[in-house]
Amino acid sequence: MENQELEILFQQKIDREEKIEPKDWMPEAYRKHLIRQISQHAHSEVIGMQPEGNWITRAPSLRSKVVLLAKIQDEAGHGLYLYSAAETLGVTRDEMLNALHEERAKYSSIFNYPTLTWADIGAVGWLVDGAAIVNQVSLQRTSYGPYSRGMVRICKEESFHQRQGYEIMAHMAQGTPEQKAMAQDALNRFWWPSLMMFGPHDSDSAHSAKAMRWKIKRETNDELRQKFVDKTVQQVEVIGLTIPDPELKWNEEKGHYDFGEINWDEFYNVISGNGPCNKQRLSHHKKAHDNGAWVREAAEAYARKKQKSVAA
Amino acid sequence: MDTKEALFKYCLRLADNNLVLGHRLSELCSNGPILEEDIATTNIALDLIGQARHLYQYAAEVEGKGRTEDDLAYKRAEREFYNTLLSEQPNGDFAVTIARQFFIDVFDYYFYKELLNSKDERLKELAARAIKEVTYHLRHSTQWILRLGDGTEESHKRLQTAVDGLWMYTGELFEMNEVDEILIKEGIAPNLNDIKTKWESKVSEVLAESTITKPEDGWMQTGSRKGMHSEHLGYILAEMQYLQRAYPDAQW
Ligand SMILES: [Fe+2]
Ligand SMILES: [Fe+2]
Repeated sequence: MENQELEILFQQKIDREEKIEPKDWMPEAYRKHLIRQISQHAHSEVIGMQPEGNWITRAPSLRSKVVLLAKIQDEAGHGLYLYSAAETLGVTRDEMLNALHEERAKYSSIFNYPTLTWADIGAVGWLVDGAAIVNQVSLQRTSYGPYSRGMVRICKEESFHQRQGYEIMAHMAQGTPEQKAMAQDALNRFWWPSLMMFGPHDSDSAHSAKAMRWKIKRETNDELRQKFVDKTVQQVEVIGLTIPDPELKWNEEKGHYDFGEINWDEFYNVISGNGPCNKQRLSHHKKAHDNGAWVREAAEAYARKKQKSVAA
Repeated sequence: MDTKEALFKYCLRLADNNLVLGHRLSELCSNGPILEEDIATTNIALDLIGQARHLYQYAAEVEGKGRTEDDLAYKRAEREFYNTLLSEQPNGDFAVTIARQFFIDVFDYYFYKELLNSKDERLKELAARAIKEVTYHLRHSTQWILRLGDGTEESHKRLQTAVDGLWMYTGELFEMNEVDEILIKEGIAPNLNDIKTKWESKVSEVLAESTITKPEDGWMQTGSRKGMHSEHLGYILAEMQYLQRAYPDAQW
């Protein structure tokens, strides 16, 4: 069959809401788009361990320490599922890590912001995981089978993450004046970057149209961002904090919140490597990876020896 | 010292061991040689700190002065901690992390197995929970001892160096004092001399299989049973306790 015919059949399958599986024929561009997106998603889970890990040793109670550890462990696990999902498309984890280290692959820009106080751990769980959930819930219906199933699994764990963050924020917002100030400051710093997590406006998004047609993406960046704002505003009100956006107000007619314009200069600046922690995150990951080279080699050498002795 | 005080101090010792080692492991988050190992390390840290919580809670109950697990973890000073010197040693390279873990896992495995026979119901319950976790920890560290010892020339060298360097902290694992004496008599605590025999044979066996030379028993460092530590503990506590100390009126 010609590629063109295959592509028509492929699109029909997608339109019937059938999942594409690893062995099915797929257009090269579909495969490439998925590898890019899933590996970026995996890298985000993994790089995200850094800003959160930054506070494990200083968590202010044993309970909050174990909850944070459990959350980070989940994120590392998500990274693992996602690398495996990407591998079904014919790329290896080493290749994906190389792409990350050579800055050909990205991760979510939100992790290029620092976690400066304990309240930031609250803000990350609440807002960053909150935004990620909106996106991931939508991706449960993505057209690629392994990715979709990965998302279902991940979403089950994510709601606990958001609760963990919100609990920290709620607690601090009701605490001493210093705690409340920390909570508000964390919200001020993480609010806009969280909105940026959904990516540029649909009109400015290079990959959006195709991804929608292939049903890799099920809702647009702006739709998802709106959902996030709508669900988060009330949560902010409940704990008595203020969203740092004077233009934020309920729009009766639309049934949604209106909100101010994102600082897109900042967005593109951070994406292109100039965020406060871009260099730090990447060099941290590289260093850990390089320091681990002798360990991985030892494990491989040992496995080879064992195989030989079994064969002999 | 009465039984109650001995039991309180004993729980603190066990809890401190778990908390401090868990703290060391949690420092490694996002620094693992491979993602799977990051997950394993976080998981072990989680188990250890979880065990510490149960032990502090019990210690606080035994003491009966209204202190909480967090009071015990966050509001005691350097000289009031009883974790072993081994547990507070820095992570070093992966070989050091694994050697430290292996020595402690072997100890914990036989220790909690014995503690299952304790006449103290709570400790018995704690041991039942811990033994499942520790069995996994020991399997994990044993596998790495074998891989590193019998892996490449470099990994062998690194592990041998780590084992040699940490050996002087292993003697302290088996030290007993008045607390142990009282609790052994009551059938609450195991005799650490028995654990020592098992520890030595297991460690010898695994090191031999991994082609690592077991160090000669030389001078063994000591002090933690009296709350005397290496310089490292002060930094661990400074970091761990910082928020509680900086904002004494805050609830977290
Ligand atoms: Fe995640
Ligand atoms: Fe998460």
